[in-house]
Amino acid sequence: MTKNIMIVGVGGQGTLLASKLLGEVLLRQNHDVKVSEVHGMSQRGGSVVTYVRFGEKVYSPVIDQGEADVILSFEKLEAARWLSWLKPDGLLITNTQEMEPMPVITGAAVYPGNLVEKMRAAGARIIAKDFLAIAMEAGTSRAVNVALIGCLSLHFPDIPESEWMAAIDRVVPEKFRELNKKAFSLGRKAAEEGTNA
Amino acid sequence: MKELMLGNKAVARGMYEAGVMVVSSYPGTPSTEITEEAAKYSEIYCEWAPNEKVALEAAHGASLGGVRAACAMKHVGLNVAADPLFTISYQGVNKGLVICVADDPGMHSSQNEQDSRHYAQAAKVPMLEPADSEEARVFTKRAFELSEAYNTPVFIKMCTRVAHSQSVVEPEERVVPEQKPYVKDPTKVMMTANSRNAHVRVENRTHDLVAYAETCDLNRVEMGDTRIGVITSSTSYQYAREVFGDSASILKLGMVWPLPEKLIRDFAGKVETLYVLEELDPFIEDHCKKLGLDVHGKDTFPVCGEFSQNLVRKCLGMDTPKTLSIADAIPGRPPVMCAGCPHRGIFYVLHKKKLMVYGDIGCYTLGAIAPLNAMDLNVCMGASCSGLHGFNKAMGASGEKNSVGVIGDSTFMHSGITGITDIAYNMSNSTVIILDNSITGMTGHQQNPTTGKNLRGDPAGKVDLEALCRAIGFNRVRVVDPYDLQAVEEAVTEELAAEEPSIIISRRPCVMIKGTKHQPPIQVDASRCVGCRMCMQIGCPAISFKEKKARIDPTLCIGCRVCGQMCRFGALPGKEVTEA
Repeated sequence: MTKNIMIVGVGGQGTLLASKLLGEVLLRQNHDVKVSEVHGMSQRGGSVVTYVRFGEKVYSPVIDQGEADVILSFEKLEAARWLSWLKPDGLLITNTQEMEPMPVITGAAVYPGNLVEKMRAAGARIIAKDFLAIAMEAGTSRAVNVALIGCLSLHFPDIPESEWMAAIDRVVPEKFRELNKKAFSLGRKAAEEGTNA
Repeated sequence: MKELMLGNKAVARGMYEAGVMVVSSYPGTPSTEITEEAAKYSEIYCEWAPNEKVALEAAHGASLGGVRAACAMKHVGLNVAADPLFTISYQGVNKGLVICVADDPGMHSSQNEQDSRHYAQAAKVPMLEPADSEEARVFTKRAFELSEAYNTPVFIKMCTRVAHSQSVVEPEERVVPEQKPYVKDPTKVMMTANSRNAHVRVENRTHDLVAYAETCDLNRVEMGDTRIGVITSSTSYQYAREVFGDSASILKLGMVWPLPEKLIRDFAGKVETLYVLEELDPFIEDHCKKLGLDVHGKDTFPVCGEFSQNLVRKCLGMDTPKTLSIADAIPGRPPVMCAGCPHRGIFYVLHKKKLMVYGDIGCYTLGAIAPLNAMDLNVCMGASCSGLHGFNKAMGASGEKNSVGVIGDSTFMHSGITGITDIAYNMSNSTVIILDNSITGMTGHQQNPTTGKNLRGDPAGKVDLEALCRAIGFNRVRVVDPYDLQAVEEAVTEELAAEEPSIIISRRPCVMIKGTKHQPPIQVDASRCVGCRMCMQIGCPAISFKEKKARIDPTLCIGCRVCGQMCRFGALPGKEVTEA
């Protein structure tokens, strides 16, 4: 059975590293894996999405509406944007950080309030945490991606933590490794502490 | 060992394994990584050419010189390379020549949605179309073998979802074939009798390639339930398998030009209802119809846009998965110019002066988006110069005094030089602004002939833009700093007023280039901010508005101080002379 994970966020937030780490770990578990994203225009502060699919044999490189087992969201509005991609019994892990898009900055649109509550009311199972604060605790705001992967890792009970650390060793340049491992551990710990925002 | 590999990287891997020695390309999403990844192999000479026509000619030249060579481009790049393509098809190759072209269904990063397969048919050049990364690697190697066996360039056709998806690849070793000596052959000069003979050879070649297509392993039949049969290729094959599993039979075409006849007829004869599942134009479908087959294609699936598994399900009247939703409208998040982007000041001034702005292809196309709204038109690489010239020939002074062309440094080198030559030679009083940010930005920071560095970042020749424009015939060539709004406004006003054509070079390196000096982020003096929102008019993502005051995000602000020049109340620090 193919499993579907979506990583969504804002261009520049480091979603590519997150998908790379995830792909590395899954490949080592002898899964067939496909990771799909779009480069170019979308990276300039726009909404970005990466599809990660794994299983015995993966065909389509993309995940469609109602198909995601997990959505890992780097920003709250993006979680709401991609909500309809989540399976009704899927899991949404979201950073509670808010980043205003240009239409909100210019006053042409409003950033909706209470998004997490509304998505829960719609039936979504949600872990919502301030992963920016967790990343800052690890030492840099740029480690939001790895902190989120740490949280996600707990939902793969068959994959030991050491496998994730080994993937960080392979993917992350040496001088940022310790920092990223710390962010990973803090993210994983945060997930252990429960699912309430 | 198995490796997760981007489709484009797998093409580069295929080139490496095939012993390719020369790659010449022009960047363009979604093809750029092919050449960037090829350049990571020190054994391959790789370069960014000024445009796709030059790239193809250079790669073909290398093939004639006796080594395997390749070039890569996006779909619209192939329009530029079409001129050499059609005649290279006649002239043939010496060592293998492969042209990688990447289509962009859904237009994630393109100005149109053209279907490159028509070029294969029109230029009579075989085209292979991989459906995942492993096929991208294997097909690329095969393309070189076909190129040499049939004396033809060969296309590898990618699309966004194959180019930018990572899937599992099993790399093999590099094998470098022997260099083939160049031997002078008078029949290679493409004129009169030679070309006539070459055309006959090309027609015979296509005939031979059809025979190859009938039996080659690039095309394969996967029989399942025979009530439904699907002829498909590329990523559409993946959607077909996703939707049908084994509940349909599939003919997967890895070679989409020339197309087999018997193979398709035989497959059609084994199934009850036959569909062709292909993105964009009914290319395979038309071929089937020409064979007299009863087939469903664009009567069921759309011509426009990308496919997905749900789209296929919906078109066939199948159920799609249940979804969750909330009632709120979710504001869009369009891409924006980066904080500190040197293009911002220019577009603010052009918007303020209410000019007709003929734009071009690059990051600066974002100048069309609110709140800058400063672009009227764009078409293709270079049209800002030549299109403006024609516009002004029609409008006379009312056009000339109120319009500008805007073009980036890389786009200018690609196709702007001939356009400004039209302006100078045929004397329209046009004003063109070259946005020189010392990089090819939108495609992910590639070097170009104006940057003084080559693809690998090593020192290279450097075009002197001012001298070039003067040599073409522009007496009025001036350089401005786009962080200085007053200087920009003066330059634009004066050059539009001048009674001869002008070039304004707006010079500031892209803030995203490694090593570009950033100033400390500025701070809002809240006691002075009256909440007039003037600073919001430049559309900087670092500025937001909270509790009736402007707020600066210090993680985004790079201290360009353009916003400070908008503030009349001294709440934001204004212009400070900084080095570009």
